Amino acid sequence: MAAGAASGGSATTDTYASARNLLLLPSWVILGIFVLAPVIMMLIYSFLTKEFRGGVIWQFSLAAYDQFFFDRGLFGDEPAKIEWTYINIFWRSTWQAGAATILSLLIGFPTAYFIATREESVRPIWVFLITIPYWVNLLIRTVSMKFLLRDEGPLNDFLMSTGLIDSPIHIINTNFAVQLGLFYSYLPFMVLPIYAAVERYNFSMSEAAADLYASKWVTLRRIVLPAIKPGVIAGCILVFVPSLGSFLAPDLLGGAKNFMIGSLIEEQFKGNAGNWPFGAAASMVLLSMVLIILMIFARQQSKADKAEG
Amino acid sequence: MPDEAFNMAQHHKDADMSPSSTAAIEVRDAVKRYGTFTALKRISLTIEDNEFFTLLGPSGCGKTTLLRMIAGFEDVTEGAIHLFGDPIADLPPHQRPVNTVFQNYALFPHMTILENVAFGLEMRGKSKSEARSKAGEMLELVQLSEFAKRKPSQLSGGQQQRVALARALAPQPKVLLLDEPLSALDLKLRKAMQLELKHLQRETGITFIFVTHDQEEALTMSDRIAVMSAGEMQQLGSPTDIYERPRNMFVADFIGETNLLEVSVDAIAGGRATCHLGGGHELTCNEVEGIGVGAKVHLSIRPERLFMSEEPAEGESLKGRIKENIFVGTDISTIVELAEGPDFIVRTSNSDRGNKRIFEPGTEMFVNMELGAGRLLID
Repeated sequence: MAAGAASGGSATTDTYASARNLLLLPSWVILGIFVLAPVIMMLIYSFLTKEFRGGVIWQFSLAAYDQFFFDRGLFGDEPAKIEWTYINIFWRSTWQAGAATILSLLIGFPTAYFIATREESVRPIWVFLITIPYWVNLLIRTVSMKFLLRDEGPLNDFLMSTGLIDSPIHIINTNFAVQLGLFYSYLPFMVLPIYAAVERYNFSMSEAAADLYASKWVTLRRIVLPAIKPGVIAGCILVFVPSLGSFLAPDLLGGAKNFMIGSLIEEQFKGNAGNWPFGAAASMVLLSMVLIILMIFARQQSKADKAEG
Repeated sequence: MPDEAFNMAQHHKDADMSPSSTAAIEVRDAVKRYGTFTALKRISLTIEDNEFFTLLGPSGCGKTTLLRMIAGFEDVTEGAIHLFGDPIADLPPHQRPVNTVFQNYALFPHMTILENVAFGLEMRGKSKSEARSKAGEMLELVQLSEFAKRKPSQLSGGQQQRVALARALAPQPKVLLLDEPLSALDLKLRKAMQLELKHLQRETGITFIFVTHDQEEALTMSDRIAVMSAGEMQQLGSPTDIYERPRNMFVADFIGETNLLEVSVDAIAGGRATCHLGGGHELTCNEVEGIGVGAKVHLSIRPERLFMSEEPAEGESLKGRIKENIFVGTDISTIVELAEGPDFIVRTSNSDRGNKRIFEPGTEMFVNMELGAGRLLID
């Protein structure tokens, strides 16, 4: 009797197991087509030989990576030196994306905190208001940003009419304009995860801290921030990663001087002047960079989780 | 000493006099309003040093609001709060030398047990090592030393409760506030913690202000109880006072089990009031100030003050018939029906079975009580 029941139980488990695999199949297919396949394609392309009018010749070559990292002179016959051009572009991109992330954090954190501490009934309205601008296409938003910021634009007009400045501040085509554009593009990705974390936070812990003689600042630093850290990290990743590969904001607001990785890659696939293997190689370098950053975060997170038990 | 007592008595009457410095907490004419809703309607009370004081009432009565006002989490709409003579109503919570044990414990999840307990000490300017060694002593006091390095999530509810207690006691507050700290524990653990808390209060000599909706808990633990309802204080007194001499309907009904009878007062003589309760039945009880002849009021008689017999006993006797016996473990509750009168609940100790004080349903018998066992209530 008991044995029969046991075998019946394991049969049910098996049924569930096969059903689970079947139910998961669509997700695997979608992940395969939309995530795995493009990455593998890029990886293969980066090791092929370029065709001069765009496209590739199916012949193995390390030329793309060589071009990215090494300078062998105009005719390729000099001893290899480190090629700084692309590394500098990567460095600048990282720096720009980092600045945009910090800007988003500075504005996004208080915003999220504000929304999460409103009455429950009005919180969805605030979240809705935050997301409204993002119903408009990113290109349109970035172009309008350009109009707002240019020397004869409304921002400078307003500042001059108040008498704060005598001549227009030159914002467009600077690093700051790019950071501003990236910040504006990805702000909700900072606000929403932090909002979710603060909303889950149990405010009686803040009361307990105050009760135990902690000032507001100490409470924020020692109690609130550690509790909502996962939300802050998620927000930073969600802003930093797309900022790093972005090309609209740098193109439209940064001008030719403020070239970023996204623009570099975009150019390799545009029209006849492109170099597909080189674009693919640059993409792979970018992808590796992002993966390394994410792995560092994940490792720290799991370390913290382990410490928390 | 007599002078001091006199001054204190005076002080209660005269709100303009400087507050006595011996009282741990003095709440004077405190009002709390949320918009148009008044949560506390002008409460005044004095809590003495070393006292185990309980705020008792149903949910929404304002007891937690009052506690949170003393802690500093709610501001005072009107009135004043003094802590050993110093006004504290305008101080932020982190500047008040009182600590709180929260209902949900509010332990810091990312800190170890030891770090939790040491937090308040560190905030008071103790060095890290000093705070930790003092916190270790506190953990010994609540018998949790072996858990010092664990995180709160690894502890049971009862253990978390003791950590919360240790954390609040560690900075040696002048007053400890406890907001229904036992409500999440199961009955057996709750009973044990009640005793532990009471002993801890005796040992430390710290004034405890305890909030609960559990009347039995309040009676067990407190030196004095303030019964609250609808933002008002209904009665303030010792557990015996409140149980034996409830002032009004609410207190009599809320504390313990009781027979509440509608009566009208026929005559008052020699400190005794004679009342009739319909159906020609009469009862005599002690006179209560403010209730005169002709008043239609309620009479409270505790079920354990009644006993049954075949013949009328000395004192007060009413003829009735047994309706039902209900077994409740230590006691037996009997519902008795008076002829053309109200029903009574009579509680008989289970050990009285042999004394022929339990009757079969349908039996005619007498319900008896000592003279003055009933108490008239102001509505």
